[in-house]
Amino acid sequence: MTPLLQVENIAKFYGARIGCAEVSFDLYPGEVMGIVGESGSGKSTLLNLLAGHLVPDRGAVRFDTRTGGLRDTVTMSEPERRMLSRTDWAFVHQHARDGLRMNVSAGGNVGERLMAVSARHYGEIRTQAIDWLGRVEILEDRIDDRPTAFSGGMQQRLQIARNLVTGPRLVFMDEPTGGLDVSVQARLLDLLRGLVREMGLSAIIVTHDLAVVRLLADRLMVMKDGHVIETGLTDQVLDDPQHAYTQLLVSSVLQV
Amino acid sequence: MISIENVCKSFVLHNQGAAEIPVMQGASLKVAAGECVALTGASGAGKSTLMRMIYGNYLTASGRIMIGNLDVATAAPREIIALRRGTLGYVSQFLRVVPRVSTLDVVAEPLMATGAAHAQAMQTARALLERLNIPERLWTLSPTTFSGGEQQRVNIARGFAYPYPALLLDEPTASLDPVNRATVLDMIAEAKARGAAIIGIFHDHAARDLICDRTHNMTQYTPGIAA
Repeated sequence: MTPLLQVENIAKFYGARIGCAEVSFDLYPGEVMGIVGESGSGKSTLLNLLAGHLVPDRGAVRFDTRTGGLRDTVTMSEPERRMLSRTDWAFVHQHARDGLRMNVSAGGNVGERLMAVSARHYGEIRTQAIDWLGRVEILEDRIDDRPTAFSGGMQQRLQIARNLVTGPRLVFMDEPTGGLDVSVQARLLDLLRGLVREMGLSAIIVTHDLAVVRLLADRLMVMKDGHVIETGLTDQVLDDPQHAYTQLLVSSVLQV
Repeated sequence: MISIENVCKSFVLHNQGAAEIPVMQGASLKVAAGECVALTGASGAGKSTLMRMIYGNYLTASGRIMIGNLDVATAAPREIIALRRGTLGYVSQFLRVVPRVSTLDVVAEPLMATGAAHAQAMQTARALLERLNIPERLWTLSPTTFSGGEQQRVNIARGFAYPYPALLLDEPTASLDPVNRATVLDMIAEAKARGAAIIGIFHDHAARDLICDRTHNMTQYTPGIAA
């Protein structure tokens, strides 16, 4: 089987400081991988490198494109990379307002992604937008409201609808449940799990919440000081951590 | 179906003075299709540890754990994920689920994961819950608020939703009343009859004697006890 994403020895330096270095892994279709680590461990830098938001100082990020097979997204042309990020990739930001247009209606936010891939029929765009708002549990009568009128949890769900409407194959998520209260988090997790399974999505989720990765991710990568220190099956890494730092991380979680 | 050869395991506690605790040495066991083997030994003998190693939940330091053609001890995460989806089932002692998900969906999930149609998966889930005497009014609720015995039965329903060729059972009858205990024993017998290879931990000795073909004492592999 061809990996959907193949990361080979990528590194990013901020001056003399290491953003992240020596990161390599393969992600296969349908897999959900979690990246955990404390603030400053390089996990967000890594996610931004993978999604093409940052340019790595070395290494390759190969994506299995629909037409050309595995292609290095670092060296491909800007228009090609932009096309990928509109079609096959999706990026869910921690703060919904970074991923939404706050002055455009909810329906418009979802429709815009469709128009970016050449949908032109207003009726069909609106129908699809309503369908997706329904899937993320936003009532149809809110379609013409702006996201500014939504609660934080609703904004996050709208951002997810906007991202998934074009049927991406790979979703990058940066702390998707961060800043939401726990009841909203549980609802969002349930929603994400269902969508991942139904659509056969692959996803890379950056979070510092170990409970979130246990429920969402098949595989886990633990980062510290810009390096990957441990990888494996999620429950194996959490239940039988090998590295001193992972043991500390797991044993520091408060039990409810 | 399941073949364990000479496996070893130790835990290193880096944050407690790097203490190394050997817990298993040279464990070997073979279980054929249609056979049920009980792991025995006192608390701390390594029964649950071995189960978790078989499930890929604990890393195996050395030796082989063959499930069909896959060596769990050296398999890549995605191979273990595929193994758990279609070959190896596990009924743990405790239920761990996403909050807010209904009992029916929890039970149907393993079937959905193998690509079963939604209606078919739901029908199987309903039949299992009914058989295990979970009142129908609870089916749409999340099992996180259920009593211990009810949670255990939901866990069992989930573990038996898909006909896995290999099955691990961790105290499946521990907190059940006599009626439900008999039902679970029937289900285990049916799984054996269709050819599942089963490894179980049973503190309920009467159940163990009823359902298991043989026992396997784990104490012999425990460093410090056997020596």
